[in-house]
Amino acid sequence: MRKAKQWIGINLMLVFTLIVAAFLGIVVYDLLYKGSSVISFEFVFDFPRNGNTEGGIWPATVGTALVTLITALFSIPLGVGAAVYLNEYAKENWMTQLIRASIRNLAGVPSIIYGLFGVAIFVNGLGFGASVLAAGMTLGLLTLPYIITTSEEALKTVPDSYREGALALGATKWQAIRTNVLPNAVPGILTGAILGLSRAAGETAPILFTGALYYLRYLPQSVFDPFMVLPYHLYILSTQHHAMEEVRPLAYGTALVLISLILLLNISAFILRYRFRKAQMR
Amino acid sequence: MSMSENLDAAKLKVRDLRLSFGDKEVLKGISMDIPEKEIVALIGPSGCGKSTLLRAINRMHDLVPIARVSGEIFLDGKNIYDKELDVVDIRRRIGMVFQKPNPFPKSIAENVAYGLKIAGGTSGKNLQDVIKTSLEGAALWDEVKDSLDKSGLALSGGQQQRLCIARAIAVKPEIILMDEPTSALDPISANKVEKLMLELKKDYTIIVVTHNMQQAQRVADRTAFMYLGEVIEYRPTRELFESPIHDLTKNYISGDFG
Repeated sequence: MRKAKQWIGINLMLVFTLIVAAFLGIVVYDLLYKGSSVISFEFVFDFPRNGNTEGGIWPATVGTALVTLITALFSIPLGVGAAVYLNEYAKENWMTQLIRASIRNLAGVPSIIYGLFGVAIFVNGLGFGASVLAAGMTLGLLTLPYIITTSEEALKTVPDSYREGALALGATKWQAIRTNVLPNAVPGILTGAILGLSRAAGETAPILFTGALYYLRYLPQSVFDPFMVLPYHLYILSTQHHAMEEVRPLAYGTALVLISLILLLNISAFILRYRFRKAQMR
Repeated sequence: MSMSENLDAAKLKVRDLRLSFGDKEVLKGISMDIPEKEIVALIGPSGCGKSTLLRAINRMHDLVPIARVSGEIFLDGKNIYDKELDVVDIRRRIGMVFQKPNPFPKSIAENVAYGLKIAGGTSGKNLQDVIKTSLEGAALWDEVKDSLDKSGLALSGGQQQRLCIARAIAVKPEIILMDEPTSALDPISANKVEKLMLELKKDYTIIVVTHNMQQAQRVADRTAFMYLGEVIEYRPTRELFESPIHDLTKNYISGDFG
């Protein structure tokens, strides 16, 4: 009887796992099946024409890359800095607990709220206008709690003996952190940061009002220009377009490019982490 | 030079040192003199405060928010708990080797050079010399001279501990604190480290915490027996082991508790 229960338990979990995997498999298959036919050199590297019914998605791809870059430049230093402060310097008291709890709660705020906040602060308040900069920073805010939390976890895994060993040799606390703690937390920080960024790269709501346009015949010339991005482009093509049925293959192609870019980001995180680990153990 | 003369010019003088973690008093008024270029062993049952005392000597407890220290520790006549003194400076003069070998995940050469690099201003040829002499000083040079750019973590446990000793002596401290330096090592590696300690005594003052009473007798000039946060008996090692004054000491060294 106990063995039968065990058998049922294990296989039930297996079925659940397979169901989850099947969803992912179906999405990828569907995208490949319906989207691969439109993927061509022209589709990836050309401007859209004729109200998004012809041509490519080049500005959306470039826009996504640029916005993600701004997001990274804004959120990684800020997030890692906050994590270092919280984990290495802050005293454990109710203030610190409160700050930690707030950061965790920030991760649960709906992304449209970040979007509206971005309009108020970056677009209007700081006068960046609807632009790459405003959108990138808005997405940066969204990514921050994620980066802080994962960076703090990464710092916690660095053994105390690295800190004490450095201090015993006459290092200041900051020297110990810079030369001995941070380098050993880099793989974990990197993984968290890139996962956070890849989530940001696929967001639509926060950039809706902060600079994303649905049709552009040029690339942004500076960070103060508006831009196109893949997720918003996809949204327009699949729900707001005047010839929705006609552009459906283009929508699938866009989704495929977006997913490929995010996959690329994740693979690079994997490789970077592997390199760092190996460099330490050589 | 007789033992008592040596004490007058003690390198380190601990005076009524008290230390508590929160409500728990761990050191209850320690006073002892450590003479220069001798090895002093701290022995006693687990929880007697010997590691706590050792870590108080290079102010490692500064990192523990709930630790409270009173009393004085004079290094060459200057109280290291004086607010005017820089703790970084003290740690450079009083090095430490930990129980578990803790080489940094860097190359052997970088491990040895670490203390000099963070102090700034040592470079090139000079640095190579220091790396060599430090590794020689730690009796490790012959084993690693062809693999200086290999990771310190790739060494065996005993080699790692000697690397940590090389790292400590590279910054030319005056005192080296050792917290059970051989307890994580096999007997052969432990033996090498003990020999090394006797060698190092020529240039450095060494304070060692040990659970191994044979080790204390083999290496230490003086031994302090600690119990419940107090120094019960502190005398030349042979006297302490051959004719202990206190019953507590007698019971401990004969293995009645520990």
